[in-house]
Amino acid sequence: MNHRVVITGLGVVSPNGIGVPDFLHAIMNGVSGVRFMPEYEQLNFNCQVTGQPSFELDQLKNYVTDVTLNGLKAIGIGYGIKAALDAWTDAGNLITGEEPHWETGCVFGNSVGDTDVIKNVITRVDAKEAKKIGSRVVEQFMNSGVTAYISGRLGLANRVITNSAACATGTQAILMGYEYIKQGLAKRMLVGSTEHVDSYIFGTFDSMRILARKFNHQPEQASRPMSASAGGFVPGSGSGALILEELDFARQRNATIYAEIDGGASNSGGQRFGGSMTAPGSRGVIKCIREAISNSNKSPESIDLISGHLTATAADTLEIQNWSQALDRKSENFPMVNSLKSMIGHCLSAAGSIESVAAVLQIAHQFVHPNINLEDPHPEIVKMVSVDKLPTTMVKKEINTIAKANFGFGDINTCLLFSKYNSNG
Amino acid sequence: MDRQEIIDELKKVLTPYMEDKELLGGINEQTDLIKDLKINSANLVDIIIDAESKYNIEIDMDSAEKMTTVGSCIDIITEKMNSKT
Repeated sequence: MNHRVVITGLGVVSPNGIGVPDFLHAIMNGVSGVRFMPEYEQLNFNCQVTGQPSFELDQLKNYVTDVTLNGLKAIGIGYGIKAALDAWTDAGNLITGEEPHWETGCVFGNSVGDTDVIKNVITRVDAKEAKKIGSRVVEQFMNSGVTAYISGRLGLANRVITNSAACATGTQAILMGYEYIKQGLAKRMLVGSTEHVDSYIFGTFDSMRILARKFNHQPEQASRPMSASAGGFVPGSGSGALILEELDFARQRNATIYAEIDGGASNSGGQRFGGSMTAPGSRGVIKCIREAISNSNKSPESIDLISGHLTATAADTLEIQNWSQALDRKSENFPMVNSLKSMIGHCLSAAGSIESVAAVLQIAHQFVHPNINLEDPHPEIVKMVSVDKLPTTMVKKEINTIAKANFGFGDINTCLLFSKYNSNG
Repeated sequence: MDRQEIIDELKKVLTPYMEDKELLGGINEQTDLIKDLKINSANLVDIIIDAESKYNIEIDMDSAEKMTTVGSCIDIITEKMNSKT
């Protein structure tokens, strides 16, 4: 089986822009979506900034029925519905239809059911009022809730799967959807992921002391991947979604093609040799990147841009070293590198999908988005990468191939290769 | 509260669970919540919770199971309101 897989639709709910036009404008211009949260100051968090989309559930009025919207409380599910349905219509499809789409499946990732919904359950049960919980709660605290809402609304009837691999979730969802089409199991897959970092989830990361805490009063400067002054990541929320199609299926319906997925790989370092619950081991990372390239029938030299994981912790230097070793490229010969996290923070489960939407847009519009807050690149990184490969303003440039990777807790690695679509193959 | 008043109040309880609000126009005591008003059976639970709160009553499981038509809803609600006083 050698089906080619192309991307025909995009949807995004990002801290710096909702919907593709706003998001594209934001990433071209280095617009930050990171804000100060007075509530986090009240809660005594060390880090008091976050990237949160300007989203309210009311924005789903034209997306789901009134009855569905009436009982919907889970914001993360809301982000996912918006991104997924936007991607679906962006690809030229109608939302309503009676007949199930047997040829179209869905892999949508999530890290946790809605904690506010879970909190309500805990409160009710502890007060011996379980019978007042109602019928709409299970569907919003089950981790597969977001996937169930999306596939149900659109009638997606091939494989419908919710994946979860911490910060590698989004890229892994895309890879799984790609593989099903590649193997001939589906003609089309709606893929993506969502994350809503509310105060409870935020608190668990704050407690680990891995968040940026020195920029609470300069929120837009708080997320500083690859910078010497990086001091931890900034949690973010949102959702990204993509429509993947088998090339002939897309051609038959004259779909607009944004880009092609060449291939990818996902593995684990086995939590050995430097890999742990919280840290990616270099051996696994390097193996994953190399396999992604060989699965794509590409050469390391063909990569024009690395869309890194690069969260703005001490691990950034090691990540660059891993890329350098995996590609056997350095200094002037190193590809361009950027991290969307500089603008929106680290959207955890949604990081891979939002960053992949950005990668696809950079191919479709032929540019490299800036790394904001990178006035002071880390000296160890500069030893491996020429400074001109770390753009701080948008660069208009021919971009044929982007390598996109994310690494998640549990030592999970995923790498994807996206390319400019060429009808001649 | 007479039966007509309860019907008028009950409509407000049912509305949020109805995709097609126009079906409420033809409502009478024989109207079946699931078959005629197209309410999702899972939502009957929510309707009972909402009715409990609206009329300040408690509806036990056995009574709740009988609430499938507008008429049976009124019977149970009336019974629970009367037994309260």
